Amino acid sequence: MTTEVGSETDVKKEPEKDPEVQQQTEQPEEPADHTASTSADQPQEQIQSGQAESDQEAAVSPEPSSPPAAGTQKKEKGISRFLPPWLKRQKSQSQDKPSESSAPPKQESVELKEEEEETSQPKEEVDAGGAAAASTEQTEEVKEVREEVQTEEKEKEKEEEESIGSADTQPVREEKEGELEVEEKEEEKKEEEKKEEGKKEEEKKEEGKKEEKQLIQQEASVLSTHKVNKKMKMVVCHVTLLDGSQFSCEVEKRTKGQYLFFQVCEHLNLLEKDYFGLSFKDHAEQRCWLDITKEIKRQIRNSQWQFTFSVKFYPPDPSQLTEDITRYLLCLQLRQDISSGRLPCSFVTHALLGSYTLQAELGDHDPDEHRLDYISDFQFAPNQTKELEEKVVELHKSHRGMTPAQADTQFLENAKKLSMYGVDLHHAKDSEGVDIMLGVCANGLLIYKDRLRINRFAWPKILKISYKRSNFYIKIRPGEAEQFESTVGFKLPNHRAAKRVWKVCVEHHTFFRLVSPEHPTKTKFLTLGSKFRYSGRTQAQTRQASSLIDRPAPNFQRSSSKRLSRSLDGAPVVSVSDYSQAAGAGENGPALELNSDSKSPQVEVMEEPNVDAATSITSEMAFEQTDGTGAPERKDLDKTQEDVLKHQASISELKRSFMEARPEPRPSQWDKHLSGSPVTSLRLQAHGSLEEELTSLFLSKACFSGLSGSCSTTAVPAEVPQETPPRPGTDSRDTSKNAEVKPEVDDQPEVIEVVEETVVIEEIVKAKPKSPAPEASIPVETEVKEERSLSSDSESEEEAEYHAQPPSTSISIQQIKEEPEEEQEAELTQQAPPSVIESQPSAEAAEPGPAAEEEKAAERTHEPLPTTDEAPNGHALQAEAPPTAEEEEPHIVNGSASRVEAEHLPQVICCSEPPVVKTEMVTISDTFAAQKTEISTKEVPIVHTETKTITYEAAQLDGNGDGEPGVLMTAQTITSESLCTTTTTHITKTLKGGQSETRIEKRIVITGDSDIDHDQALAQAIKEAKEQHPDMSVTRVVVHKETELAEDED
Amino acid sequence: MMSGFGRFTHAVVRTVPRSLAKEALRTGCLEVDLLKAQEEHDKYVSVLKHRLGLEVLELPADEALPDCVFVEDAAVVCGDTALITRPGAESRRKETEAMKAALTELGLSIVEMTDESATLDGGDVLFTGREFFVGLSKRTNQRGAEILADAFKDYAVSTIPVQDRLHLKSFCSMAGPGLIAIGSSEAAQKALKIMQQMSDHKYDKLTLPDDLAANCVYMNLPGKGHVLLHCTPEEFPESAKVFEKLKDHMLIPVSNQEKVKVDGALTCCSVLINRKKNI
Repeated sequence: MTTEVGSETDVKKEPEKDPEVQQQTEQPEEPADHTASTSADQPQEQIQSGQAESDQEAAVSPEPSSPPAAGTQKKEKGISRFLPPWLKRQKSQSQDKPSESSAPPKQESVELKEEEEETSQPKEEVDAGGAAAASTEQTEEVKEVREEVQTEEKEKEKEEEESIGSADTQPVREEKEGELEVEEKEEEKKEEEKKEEGKKEEEKKEEGKKEEKQLIQQEASVLSTHKVNKKMKMVVCHVTLLDGSQFSCEVEKRTKGQYLFFQVCEHLNLLEKDYFGLSFKDHAEQRCWLDITKEIKRQIRNSQWQFTFSVKFYPPDPSQLTEDITRYLLCLQLRQDISSGRLPCSFVTHALLGSYTLQAELGDHDPDEHRLDYISDFQFAPNQTKELEEKVVELHKSHRGMTPAQADTQFLENAKKLSMYGVDLHHAKDSEGVDIMLGVCANGLLIYKDRLRINRFAWPKILKISYKRSNFYIKIRPGEAEQFESTVGFKLPNHRAAKRVWKVCVEHHTFFRLVSPEHPTKTKFLTLGSKFRYSGRTQAQTRQASSLIDRPAPNFQRSSSKRLSRSLDGAPVVSVSDYSQAAGAGENGPALELNSDSKSPQVEVMEEPNVDAATSITSEMAFEQTDGTGAPERKDLDKTQEDVLKHQASISELKRSFMEARPEPRPSQWDKHLSGSPVTSLRLQAHGSLEEELTSLFLSKACFSGLSGSCSTTAVPAEVPQETPPRPGTDSRDTSKNAEVKPEVDDQPEVIEVVEETVVIEEIVKAKPKSPAPEASIPVETEVKEERSLSSDSESEEEAEYHAQPPSTSISIQQIKEEPEEEQEAELTQQAPPSVIESQPSAEAAEPGPAAEEEKAAERTHEPLPTTDEAPNGHALQAEAPPTAEEEEPHIVNGSASRVEAEHLPQVICCSEPPVVKTEMVTISDTFAAQKTEISTKEVPIVHTETKTITYEAAQLDGNGDGEPGVLMTAQTITSESLCTTTTTHITKTLKGGQSETRIEKRIVITGDSDIDHDQALAQAIKEAKEQHPDMSVTRVVVHKETELAEDED
Repeated sequence: MMSGFGRFTHAVVRTVPRSLAKEALRTGCLEVDLLKAQEEHDKYVSVLKHRLGLEVLELPADEALPDCVFVEDAAVVCGDTALITRPGAESRRKETEAMKAALTELGLSIVEMTDESATLDGGDVLFTGREFFVGLSKRTNQRGAEILADAFKDYAVSTIPVQDRLHLKSFCSMAGPGLIAIGSSEAAQKALKIMQQMSDHKYDKLTLPDDLAANCVYMNLPGKGHVLLHCTPEEFPESAKVFEKLKDHMLIPVSNQEKVKVDGALTCCSVLINRKKNI
């Protein structure tokens, strides 16, 4: 306990500290030092007899007085304390450890605690905050300075708080204020430290803790030393821009990448920013992309605040960019790529591109002024020869009259055709240890051996991307002739490299794939499992957004290549890392004006009407129609930075209750998961002390049937062909419906369809604007959207998966079942009075008519489709389901019916997931191998886990769990993710004997290292569930815990 | 770079040596009628020269090189760059000498395949206008393909396993921009599938009942438009019908009955070059 106390106290002090300012209390791991410095910093404070002592006191004292939800106390560890009394009747099921699982809950949870402590470093995480702070990344960081870890801790909490508790809109800089709103009691303790004095005082009065006073005083003293900044630590970021100049910017230390990124874009006057990103070098000098949704500090760790602004997603067709300035920046990037050799090209191409560069930078060739050496400032190729320069000049002469913008366009038109354009290469080895390169690009993943392309996996071919340790895996959709999916594995140099390539894949897939030109819709991306997701706009979205750009073409200097070369002579160079520059922070980099002497003319923008603009506008229009009330989505398009931040904040409260219209989950998959043989699933997740809890809460509610109105539960797995041209109007409804229902089919053959789930909803709304379709479906959709931008991730997973699929239950189930960690389920059921309002919207939202006509009919008559689920479902499936789907997971196909049963058989649900995962992997590293059909088969490492399951059940449950199958009316699954928890909510409405019952099952997976307070997390989950559904009650709580046994690290 | 696919100004051909009939390599064991073969070849050259107006550079035959008429294997020309190959068949290695001289004379920048471990036959190289596919066959190996990739850096070079056939182009060729003529055999279809998988581009396909008929010569010539030299109805009646459906093309059936006996297809007999006026 002492340790925990200590760390907690440290954390509390952390926010006031600034590593750059040495006189502050900075060394938590050295108590003596700590004491000394702390007291030194607090002259006006009444120093107590011993700082260390008071620390302890302070940390301990709040606990008894804190509400029971703050589950840090050992004496009350049991989950039972969070449960209503009626729930204390336990029913337990266990697989691996019957003796333990049959123990009373209190014991059980204590035991959990012990296990946690065994398996991890207690210091690493703060006990009380564990629920919010879990992350496996800590494992990697053990060796790092402790304060660093704690900082991260803190930041995670912050994120958590924002996402869960606060409903307010706050830009990054106001995060602290936002936190004040958080009501969650177990988080209060943490938050308080970060709060501003005024509000802090209030809360303190309530709780009357000594510690708080100390903190205030500390804070005050810290602040007094910091005259410039009252509340925030500022740090100067240095960003190397594409033209080689430096941009410096003062940011709050805990700010997110967004702030810096937007500052840079503003400085550059760049609106089409989604193609760009900031990167930094990690310890191993590897380039890492800064995730702008996350705090900078957390990502760069101990590295310097030195970033590079560069193109992240190379637009396949640069002519579709709206603004010349964007194209100009892309040109700068490509010039770098070419001269550095990253983008190989032939002599002729070097010469041609070089000549366009000259034309853009210098204008027409001037025989008087431009002697041959005028180009020696430019680097056109890695090995620039005289011959090349002559050729460049020769071609330059031929571009007479071309404006800089035209020259850039020509440059890009040629550069984009280069085979390595936009290909992000990563060294790897294939299954046989042969050196290869993985190239991630807009279209998929390319495999190179030397310079030869030996294989290619287009995004549609890829079902899943995952990594484990230093291995990177892709799961391939079976071809027409093949029966089974195959998994291709690559060995990366190390774990970080594997993770990096995985992330790049996830991002590229999302950016380029999730909205195809044929379906210019906004898509969201969201699945469970791996926690990293690309949360920016997709290409289609950014195109839409930029089609709205309405400003005069900005003026900008094109003199970069010249400057770049000059900078070698002493002008500001890339790596300015002098922190003492902080004073000048916030000002532009010194280099920016350097080239006023350049001869480059101003750009003439707008001289070439953008052909694409028309197209995108059209689609935008359509989009707006669909959107109607669903304004948030459109906001997404043109929001400013502030908006983004506000938007995010405002939706954060919805996160937990995030809803999404979708058909019912696949039962078979579900069943499989639940009844889990120990060897059914593959989970590549946990590692070391990583733990995961899965909690599901079942809430159920009965209402009278007639009210549920028009809903059909049929599933149409029809595949929207990729090639389908954009279909306007009602046609798109079909598409969308198909897509919507898609999730029914496990492992859908087409990645894209899945993604379009969102679209579906929108389009339905649009198609019947005047239909009785409740607007409720719009909020649903909105939330989906928001989830996209919110989708949180933890940098830290040891491994992760990415399903190129929609956020369907199946996926979450898959993911869940694959996580050999701790799992808790809670099931709550209740009979509730009929609720029209409740059932209607969701029914509508989930309405997956097998065909447009059917759906319309249903709506007109306002009768529930009296079908059982199989009828339309099975029919449609047989007719349209792609063969592969059936082959792969035949049982999935008409899952709905069986699912209903599953829903009504709670005991099935209570089963815990398979602890041991074993799967077969086929490795095909190139087509040659494939052809030879010499497929090497490997086994994925087996993950050993311990599982425990405990069920608490309400007495009423029995009444519900009758065998009567009923008619499933709607089903939807909602997923939301926060830092260490992933919540999947299934809402099903069934019609049984004139009564409709709503059952909500929440499945909460809590993942993290040892120090999470699982009980608290569970309590929190239950509490939230109750808050979200005040008219329902908890009928059952199933706690399933899996602890992975220790595993070696790379 | 890719625009003007099929645009050619020059062609390099080589006279049929008398040794062809007896000594040329062949996968089958058919008798070649030398006279007929020479007659065929003359017609072929005449089409290039007179009908299509290409500037034809005719290399003299070398009796020591019975396969020398199949100039395609000796060089791969794309743009201004010519890669002088290292043919997979030992007996053919010297064919490149005359070819190199001719291409140098035409002002192309020459890349030579000096690596002793590399082999490459031009017949295994399919240039689609957007990328290269290189068949890995008995005549062409990985190293050869790598060198080709180095020579033509602008383009993706994907390797395609070729089985049961001499060359990649024994069953396919370009029949237009983005149009791949492909045979119906299993090997051909399999190769096509791999090509499709490997490519970022979408290609149309023209499926011919006969693999050999899928080797045709496409050009896009000023004033003539799409030109296609393809098999005659006498050789492959069914396939010829397929070609005849190409309405936009100027179709020129060219007989190849004799040369095919020594695995010579239509593309094999010329190296086509696009030389703009002296840049």
